[in-house]
Amino acid sequence: MGVEPWIDGKGVIVCAGAGGVGKTTVSATLALGLAAHGARVAVVTIDPARRLADALGLDELGNEPRLVDPGRLAAHGVALAPGGELWAMTLDPKHTFDELVEQLAPDAADRDEILANRIYQQLSSAVAGSQEFTAVAKLYELHASGRFDVLVLDTPPTRNALDFLDAPDRLLGFLEGSALRALLAPTGLAARIVGRGTGVVFAVLQRVTGVDLLTDLAVFFRSLGGLLDGFRARAAAVKALLGDPATTFVVVTSPAREPSEEAVFFAGRLRDADMPLGGVIVNRVTPEPDGPADPDAVAAALEGRLGAALARKVAAAHADARALAARDREAIARLARETGGAPLLLVPQLGGDVHDVGGLARLRERLFAAG
Amino acid sequence: MAPAAAPPAGLLDHRLLFVTGKGGVGKSTVAAALGGLAAARGRRVVVAEVHRRADVEHVVTAAGADHVSIDPQDAMEEYLSDQLPGPLAELLKSSRAFGYLAAATPGMRELLTAGKLWELAQDERRTPGARPYDLVVVDAPATGHGLALLQAPRTFADAAKVGPIARQGGIIDAQLRDPAQTAVVAVTSAEEMPVNETLALRDGLRAAMGLDLSLVVVNGVRPDRFTAAEARALAEAADEPAVAAALDQHAFAREQRSQLARLRRGLGGAVATVTLPFLPDGPDPATFGARLTRAAG
Repeated sequence: MGVEPWIDGKGVIVCAGAGGVGKTTVSATLALGLAAHGARVAVVTIDPARRLADALGLDELGNEPRLVDPGRLAAHGVALAPGGELWAMTLDPKHTFDELVEQLAPDAADRDEILANRIYQQLSSAVAGSQEFTAVAKLYELHASGRFDVLVLDTPPTRNALDFLDAPDRLLGFLEGSALRALLAPTGLAARIVGRGTGVVFAVLQRVTGVDLLTDLAVFFRSLGGLLDGFRARAAAVKALLGDPATTFVVVTSPAREPSEEAVFFAGRLRDADMPLGGVIVNRVTPEPDGPADPDAVAAALEGRLGAALARKVAAAHADARALAARDREAIARLARETGGAPLLLVPQLGGDVHDVGGLARLRERLFAAG
Repeated sequence: MAPAAAPPAGLLDHRLLFVTGKGGVGKSTVAAALGGLAAARGRRVVVAEVHRRADVEHVVTAAGADHVSIDPQDAMEEYLSDQLPGPLAELLKSSRAFGYLAAATPGMRELLTAGKLWELAQDERRTPGARPYDLVVVDAPATGHGLALLQAPRTFADAAKVGPIARQGGIIDAQLRDPAQTAVVAVTSAEEMPVNETLALRDGLRAAMGLDLSLVVVNGVRPDRFTAAEARALAEAADEPAVAAALDQHAFAREQRSQLARLRRGLGGAVATVTLPFLPDGPDPATFGARLTRAAG
C-alpha cells in the first residue's frame, strides 16, 4: 500500500501533525514522488532542518519557490518523468505578511503607514497564529499563480491546529463582524482616537493605555480599513481552497504518545470541519525485532559468539527495542481506532533522521507503492 | 521525589522560572518536576500553565505546588479592576468597542499573560487576599511564542511611551530582564531540530532580553551501551536478529550523542545541561526530580 490513493489527482496536499515527527521530510518526499511521476510540484516548508534545506538547495532567502536541480535528484537515483519539476521554498511569515499588505493596500501611502506601524510589526512577526495565517495565504497565492500542478504544504505543529484551520474563518468573522466596523466607522473608536474625540470610553482608554499607544492602534486599524475588501476576498478564497475537493489533508505522526494524541485530535478537527483526511502516516515506527522475549535467553544464545559481557548488553538493547516496538504497536492500534477509519501507512525508523536527497529517495520507496 | 541537595546554581531561588522548548519534548513534565523540587524544599510554588491546550488534557501536576492556567481575558478584567475605580472598570469591561480593540490588538494576549505572571510573583499580590509565592514556574509556550511572551511588556512600554502601560510595562520588563529574579530553562531532545531551536532560543534571549539560559534539559536520551570496538564486533554478528536490533539502537544512540555534542559546543560551556533518560512509556517525574537534584552538584 502507498499514498497514491490519498493524493492522486489532488492539487493541494496539506501535511499536518505535531513537531518532531518528520513532517517536513514527509512533505518533501511526497512532493518528490509526485514530481518523479511527471507533475510540477512545489513544497512549501516551514523551518526545515538545515541539512534538509541544504539538500533541497533551500539555502537562499526570497520567500519564493526555487527549482531543485534535477541533476542533484538524478545523482541519488531519482529520475523525473517528462514534465516533472520539484520546487521548494521555506516560508518567511514576516515577509509573506508584508507582501500581502503590498498587494492589498489601495495606495503607497497606506502601505507605508501599515508597514511602519509598530502594532503591525508585532502582528506580523511575533504573534501566535501569524505563521498559520501566512502559510495558507502563501499557499493560496501559489495556487492562484497556476505555475504548479500540485502544492504540498508543510504546516506549523498541530499545537496550533485550530489557528491553522480557523485562520481564514476567524479573519473573515472579524472583518465581517461588528468588531472592525465599530472601530472603523466614521464616528467609531479609531476616528475618535485619531481625532482626539472625547467619548467617555476614549477618555478611560487614554488613561489606561497612554495616548501614543492608542494612536498607534488607531492608525493601525484605520490603515487596515483600507485593506478590508482585499483581506475579505483573500480570506474567503483561502477558505474555499482549503475546502475544495482537489485539496486533501495528510496527518503525519510518530507512535510516541503526544504526537499520536495530536494526530487523533487533528483527525477529529478535520471531520468536524468537513475537510477530507487522506490518511495518517505513522513515521519512525520501531520494527518488531526477532529473537526470544526473555533477555536471559538472548544473552545465553549469544554468549559463545560475543562473550558474556557483550551478550548481556545486546540482550538489554534487544529488550529496549522490544519495549519500543510494543509501545508502537499499541499506539498504532489506538490510532487506528480513534482516527475514524482513516487509512494508516506505517514507515519504519530509518536509522536516524533523513536529511539528504538519498534519504528522501529511500523514504519515497516506503511512501509510494509504485516507487 | 528526591529531597534537598543544592539546586542547579540557585535555579530555584529565582522568582520567575520560564520553562520553554519545542513541543513534545517533555516541557510540562520538567516544569512540574522543578515545581515539585522547590515545594519539597519548603518554598511556596505555583506552576503557571500558559496556552492551555484543548487537545491534550492531561495536566502534569507538581506535588506541593499550586497550579494555575493563565487566561488572558481573566487577566484583563483583573487588571482593569485594579487600575480603575469600579464604575470606570465596569464601563470598559462592558464596552463592546473596548472588547474588540483588546481582542484585535496584536500582542495583547502576550502582554496580559506576562502581566499576570508578574503579578503572581509579587510579594503584594494585586488580587486581594491572594497568597504570595516564592517561585512561579511558568510552563511557557513553545520556543518562538515563549520569546514573544517575554518581549511583550517592552514592546508595549515602548509603543505607549507615557501613561500606565508604559510605566507598568517597564516595571514588568525590568523584572523579566533581571537575571537575579528571572531564569529561563530550555527543554529539548537530542535531535537536530530541537537542538537548533534551543540554540536559536539562546541567541534570541540574549539579543532581546539580555538573559542567558540557566539550564538546558535534554530529554529522552537513549542509553549508549556499546564502545566503537564493541559495535565493530557486533557488525560481524549482525546475522543474529538480537544483534541487528542492538545495532539499530546503537545507531540511534550515536546520532543522539552527536546532537548532544553539537548542543554543548553551541552553548560553549556557559550553560549547564542535564540529560534525562528515554523511557518507552514517556517521561517519569520521579526520575526527573532525582536527576535535576543531582545536577545541582
